[in-house]
Amino acid sequence: MNPILEAKNLSMNFGGLKALDRVDIDVLPGQITALIGPNGAGKTTFFNCITGIYSPTGGDIFITPSGGGRKKITGINIHKVTENGVARTFQNIRIFPDMTVLENVMIGRHCRTEAGVLGAILRDKGTMTEEKAIVARSYEILKKIGITEHVNLLARNLPYGAQRRLEIARALATDPFLLLLDEPAAGMNPQETRDLEALIISIRDEWEISVFLIEHDMRLVMGLSDSVYVMDYGEMLARGTPQEIRQNPEVIKAYLGEDVSA
Amino acid sequence: MDYFLELLIGGLTRGSIYALIALGYTMVYGIIELINFAHGEIYMIGAFTALIVAGVLAMSGMSGLSVLILASVVAVIYSAAYGFTVEKVAYKPLRHASRLSPLISAIGMSIFLQNYVLVAQTSDFLPFPNLLPDLPFLANYVGFIGSTEFIIIGTTAVIMVLLTLLIKFTRMGKAMRATAQDRNMAMLVGVNVNRVISNTFIIGSALAAIGGVLIASHVGRINFYIGFLAGIKAFTAAVLGGIGSIPGAVLGALVLGCTESFATGYVSSDYEDVFAFVLLIVILIIKPSGLLGHKPTQKV
Amino acid sequence: MSTLNYTKYMEGMKQAVVVSLWFMFLTFPIMVIRVNTIENIIEWRWMNMLYIGAGSFILSFVWRKMSGRGISARKESIGAQGGRKFYLQRLVSEKRLSLPALGIVAVIALFFPFVSSIYQTNIMTTALMYVVLGLGLNIVVGQAGLLNLGYVAFYAAGAYTYALLYHHFGVGFWLALPLGALAATVLGVLLALPVLRLQGDYLAIVTLGFGEITRLVLENWNEFSYGPSGISGIPRPGLFGMEMDMHEATVYLYFLMILLCIITIFVVNRLQDSRIGRALLALREDEIACQAMGINKTMVKLTAFALGSTWAGLVGVIFAAKTTFVNPASFTFLESAMILSIVVLGGTGSIIGIIIGALLLILLPEYLRAFGDYRMLLFGIIMVIMMIFRPQGIVTGVRKTYEFHTEEK
Repeated sequence: MNPILEAKNLSMNFGGLKALDRVDIDVLPGQITALIGPNGAGKTTFFNCITGIYSPTGGDIFITPSGGGRKKITGINIHKVTENGVARTFQNIRIFPDMTVLENVMIGRHCRTEAGVLGAILRDKGTMTEEKAIVARSYEILKKIGITEHVNLLARNLPYGAQRRLEIARALATDPFLLLLDEPAAGMNPQETRDLEALIISIRDEWEISVFLIEHDMRLVMGLSDSVYVMDYGEMLARGTPQEIRQNPEVIKAYLGEDVSA
Repeated sequence: MDYFLELLIGGLTRGSIYALIALGYTMVYGIIELINFAHGEIYMIGAFTALIVAGVLAMSGMSGLSVLILASVVAVIYSAAYGFTVEKVAYKPLRHASRLSPLISAIGMSIFLQNYVLVAQTSDFLPFPNLLPDLPFLANYVGFIGSTEFIIIGTTAVIMVLLTLLIKFTRMGKAMRATAQDRNMAMLVGVNVNRVISNTFIIGSALAAIGGVLIASHVGRINFYIGFLAGIKAFTAAVLGGIGSIPGAVLGALVLGCTESFATGYVSSDYEDVFAFVLLIVILIIKPSGLLGHKPTQKV
Repeated sequence: MSTLNYTKYMEGMKQAVVVSLWFMFLTFPIMVIRVNTIENIIEWRWMNMLYIGAGSFILSFVWRKMSGRGISARKESIGAQGGRKFYLQRLVSEKRLSLPALGIVAVIALFFPFVSSIYQTNIMTTALMYVVLGLGLNIVVGQAGLLNLGYVAFYAAGAYTYALLYHHFGVGFWLALPLGALAATVLGVLLALPVLRLQGDYLAIVTLGFGEITRLVLENWNEFSYGPSGISGIPRPGLFGMEMDMHEATVYLYFLMILLCIITIFVVNRLQDSRIGRALLALREDEIACQAMGINKTMVKLTAFALGSTWAGLVGVIFAAKTTFVNPASFTFLESAMILSIVVLGGTGSIIGIIIGALLLILLPEYLRAFGDYRMLLFGIIMVIMMIFRPQGIVTGVRKTYEFHTEEK
């Protein structure tokens, strides 16, 4: 199986600080891959490098979409990454608070549609058909994600858990082949976390979208992931199945501090 | 060569005034990340207050150095009071609002203060008496440095040293630096952030008032609109030096002052004010962090 | 309960006294003393101090009350889709009320120039020009969230395009109109290109600088723009070569402006809920998230600047035709500030709000002569007050709602 996302020797320096130090990661298609590590390990920096928010100071990133060739995406613009089929959510929710829930998702369709200024003014047949398709598809996504009641509500008024789901819905609307989730369960209660778990699994199995997530909730990570990467101090510490990671002494050391074995 | 020296002195004089105003911008920006558009107006109010006080004193028969000192002190007090009030009224309620709101409020405040002086005083230019004393020991250097220039440059230099000491060594200075680095963290360790912000406005405004008195004595006339241009230029200086950095503001101001002086001296005086704007735009596009500023990392 | 009220009342009282004393002190030199250095007299205007004291005493109470309300108003805006609505809001959003209101406005607009003097028609035309300018600037500031303080430069571009084209080549109004719009659009894109990387406050200050540079160049480049004296003798718009007297020309221009207003409202309204309109909003809400949705930030910013400037260019041409004369003094920063306060007052994101804002801000100072001198003072206060108490403007923009039928199959 060819990986759909590869990071090769990826490094990121901020001044003298090595936030990422020659990191290698492969994400396989049809899998849920997790990236874990203590706070400040460089996980979000890694996502930011992949999605073009930071330009990595070293190394390369490749994607291989299903049915497409291998493509280098190192340091390209944020929106280009999304256009190429890699969508993401953010650690601290970044929905568009003063737009409605539906509009938030409709924004996701932007890069897959093309109506321009003239179309907006003239409202010709092509534009209107496209607009209808945007609305229909966005509503469909919201329905699948489980937000149907409040589609016309301003997004800021959604409860916290629903805002997180909305962010996922919005990312899905961009038709990605790979979805990056940055701590999707942060701040959720146990029930919401269970719902989230089901959602992520359905994204993999029903939507056939690979998922790559950063998460601190170990129960969630271990129950969900097909493979797990562990990072610490900007370096890759270990990779393996949840089972292997659980038993890796280095990982245990990184999480619980020194002298676990003693 | 003489012409060059004359332009250089002229540039440093201008630069000193810009520096006094630029410090207010840079300090406020460093602490609450707001371009205090009304800062130029505080400077203008300082000049007006000095003019009024000097006028009243002169007509009651006082003269000389005592007028200068009294007028300056009152101007400083009033500018500081205005700065303090502007922050309390127009910015403090917006501390947690979106970024655009305090900026628009600041522009509104600037327009308001300009027109407040226009309505309460006059739209005409008023002659400003030269209150600065003549320094006899400069007689030998007549031609390229006059007493006024000397006093302006000297005063600014002394103030810069005092301000640096204040920020480096006093408790208040430490609180200011802490707040500038991380407001929430400063609050957690017991810094009274509201007071720090007020102090910043007070100090910045007082400096602007000194600048106002000095420039008014130098140029010899003022009106309600002088704050707008001076404000923009001082802001340019602050950005040029790296906004948030105190030595940067001074360096930027001196560079800007000299650029203007040489450009008007050697190129054309028609476009005197254009140079500053062009410089501002060029810096912001090429090196938005300025000469001494550090690049902010985007938090995502 | 009553003791609580009493303490609260006393607290307010104490605060009001402190505030009024403070403001009496603060405004003392500027408001009370006026030094006349030429005749060597000092004017002491003690009455002003009294006004200030009494005024700030009362305002302190109002402020206190509004601060409480301000917070609840903000909360209300949070629940703005639905919930309790402001009466103006109801007028806008309920068809039952808005249709008759629209009819009344149409009738007034139609008959206005026939029942009023040339002078008043002229003022109304000016107000309509500001409606279009406000709606144009709103695309940039209100929707895309890019604070543009040099909007007047695009207005000037339109006006000077017509003036210069007529002066050199005898180009008429109708040809100049699209060309003026084009010139402003091009200028908008040219300005946007270098400043795309700048954020928030820096963008504001650069656009301000750009506006000032434009004015200074117009003032000093005599060979190009004829300096401070400007260009005169610009013809009014023609109508199939008909000869028109002063009154007819004024009325004609008025209807032209009405037409342009309708076109602007139509276009802006359609843009609002379109794919492009949503992209502008997303940019305002969160620049990073907007890009992460696959939106090309650069393109959106350029589009916003271009779309906004076009209207200024159009109105600029009409301005030149209306006054038959252009000079740099008409294009100062204060002009930009005035248009910005229209947007701020009206509500960033609401068409009706901006129309009302423009009419209020232009017509009020004209009709209430006493206000005349305080015009700019008023604009300044409005910006501050609106930001503090009602940042969403007098009319909150309401997002489009969609209906779905959850059919069970």
